[in-house]
Amino acid sequence: MAESLKLQLYIKERLKKREILLMTHIVMGYPSFDASYEIVEQMVEAGVDLMELQIPFSEPMADGPVILKANQKAIDNGSTVEKCLEFAEKVASDFPIPFLFMSYANILYRYGMEKFAAKMAEINLQGSIVPDLPPEEGQDYIEAMKKRQLDPIYIFSPTTSDERLGYLASFASGFVYCLARKGVTGKDTSFSDDLALYLSRCRKATDLPLAVGFGVKEKADVDYLKGKADIAVIGSQTIRVVEESGSRAAGDFIRSVL
Amino acid sequence: MKNRGYYGNYGGAFLPEILVATFDELEDAFENAKSDPSFWRTYETLMASYSCRPTPLTFAENLTRKFGGAKIYIKREDLNHTGAHKANNVMGQGLLVKKMGKKRVIAETGAGQHGVATATMAAKFGFECTIYMGEVDVMRQRPNVFWMEQLGATVVPVTDGTRILKDAINEAFRDWVTNMDTTHYVLGTACGPHPFPEMVSWFQSIIGKEARKQILEIEGKLPSRVYACVGGGSNAMGLFSGFRDDPVELVGVEAGGHGVNSGMHASRLCSKDASPGIAQGYKTYFLQDGDGQMKETHSISAGLDYVGVSPILSDMHEKGLARFESATDDEVVDALRLTMTHEGIIPALESAHAFAGAFREVSSLSKDDIIIINQSGRGDKDIFTVADAFDDPKWKQFIIGKAKSYNG
Repeated sequence: MAESLKLQLYIKERLKKREILLMTHIVMGYPSFDASYEIVEQMVEAGVDLMELQIPFSEPMADGPVILKANQKAIDNGSTVEKCLEFAEKVASDFPIPFLFMSYANILYRYGMEKFAAKMAEINLQGSIVPDLPPEEGQDYIEAMKKRQLDPIYIFSPTTSDERLGYLASFASGFVYCLARKGVTGKDTSFSDDLALYLSRCRKATDLPLAVGFGVKEKADVDYLKGKADIAVIGSQTIRVVEESGSRAAGDFIRSVL
Repeated sequence: MKNRGYYGNYGGAFLPEILVATFDELEDAFENAKSDPSFWRTYETLMASYSCRPTPLTFAENLTRKFGGAKIYIKREDLNHTGAHKANNVMGQGLLVKKMGKKRVIAETGAGQHGVATATMAAKFGFECTIYMGEVDVMRQRPNVFWMEQLGATVVPVTDGTRILKDAINEAFRDWVTNMDTTHYVLGTACGPHPFPEMVSWFQSIIGKEARKQILEIEGKLPSRVYACVGGGSNAMGLFSGFRDDPVELVGVEAGGHGVNSGMHASRLCSKDASPGIAQGYKTYFLQDGDGQMKETHSISAGLDYVGVSPILSDMHEKGLARFESATDDEVVDALRLTMTHEGIIPALESAHAFAGAFREVSSLSKDDIIIINQSGRGDKDIFTVADAFDDPKWKQFIIGKAKSYNG
């Protein structure tokens, strides 16, 4: 556990001041890199604790319609991996919160796992979430990440057995991302006793902080998660808000859920 | 998952966590079926009574005479119920769905043949059925959309991405991650995460088993070469699997579109445009750019218009166990016309790629040689595309008249 305590410690420190932290998600280059920068600025000012920066992929299997369209538009508008890395480097140096990459396995595979991890370390990204790279397929990824004290963020799902939660936890560092429900990003979630029960299973499987995402979109959802999880993740909803009201609305939206 | 389904460097199961338990269940059901001899017998009986199996091996006497080279035989997968080899896989998976106790099936479709076969299986076994189909393919394969709907399936046009086969697969996965408790995803080709490549190839191996037995009965010897078109690769895997341990050259023919140097094709293994990648849950050769974004593909045939290819074929390609060629849209239309006028047989545009590939080479073989071409499906579904390719004035007149009658 010596490696990559940085992110975990940051989360623990922040939790002393706040009951639950907030992580948000943007697709880099959607609708443009300038707008992406403004959204990050707004969100950090409004009090977001961590951010996921998605490198768009043409086949985002785990994403629902909102993020899927954002991925497509970003690629159509010329969001390349190289430009995303430049953007990430800039925001990581301009803003004082941890940033993580989110993308799909092929983006890292094509770039080279080793080279990708080296780049992440160089530009001060803290970790990454790769939903289609389970530990069984990602040994070279895990090695490359751990060698540089970077956090591979693993995902728990409600269909994951207790045994497998333990298996996943053995590779995880930084925090664990718990899917609130089945399905893809951006659909409604019922915040109920079932969810509480599942989160208590997650809590038993790991000492790492728990983030909960998929369907978190308003203050009531975030409030429900207090005491049950450490980080609430808002993904599709911030993209919707920006689509409807522009990037300047991102800050007010964040303040409304905190 | 006990086995991750690797074929050399290709295959695997790049699954989002939410689907891991579902794939474990599927792998168990498949392993049980494989180790239970009565399962295969049940499958063969079903295919005999419902889908005209064994399908004939037809000697193409006139084509043989025309080319003056090897004897040409055609494996008639077009004579399956619903008109294509797709039925083999679908009925097999249907039996597994019954064993798993699920009540709903979903599928992607390109040409619509797999969609029609799935809708048929769902009607027979009493499952609810949803078919995902790219908007572009809905346009070019309207007759199959009509039949799927009449068979009781819901057809969902996919408007994201390039709006063809790969996008339909993504959308089917999105449905599955939500509804896996009740639903099985009947993937139509030998692609996707393990166990699909192995499982689909296993059901399709009925083609090669029959073909090998039939040619030995008719000719008393093995063919020199066998030809199959390659989209995802399921009909090729089916035919090839019968001859993998024999001194028989296996030839796969990919969609050459406007030519393999035109950037408008779907040739993954025989062009320089593809490279290894990971998408849709598996590792194989994909038509992608340097970043790993999938490219647009082109083919006259919706069923071959796909960015990836079976990981088993990628491995065979690398190890030199099979040879891969391509046929252009124009060559395919010529091969189709030739086959119709000489043999009275109408291959699907997909299958016509295998004919085009074989016709190019057959004259250079000797009269003692034998080749088998897999006619994976029948061509009458392609009536709109073929009529356009032949630029048939009487057909156009008919359509104009029909449109007028609808407009009243």
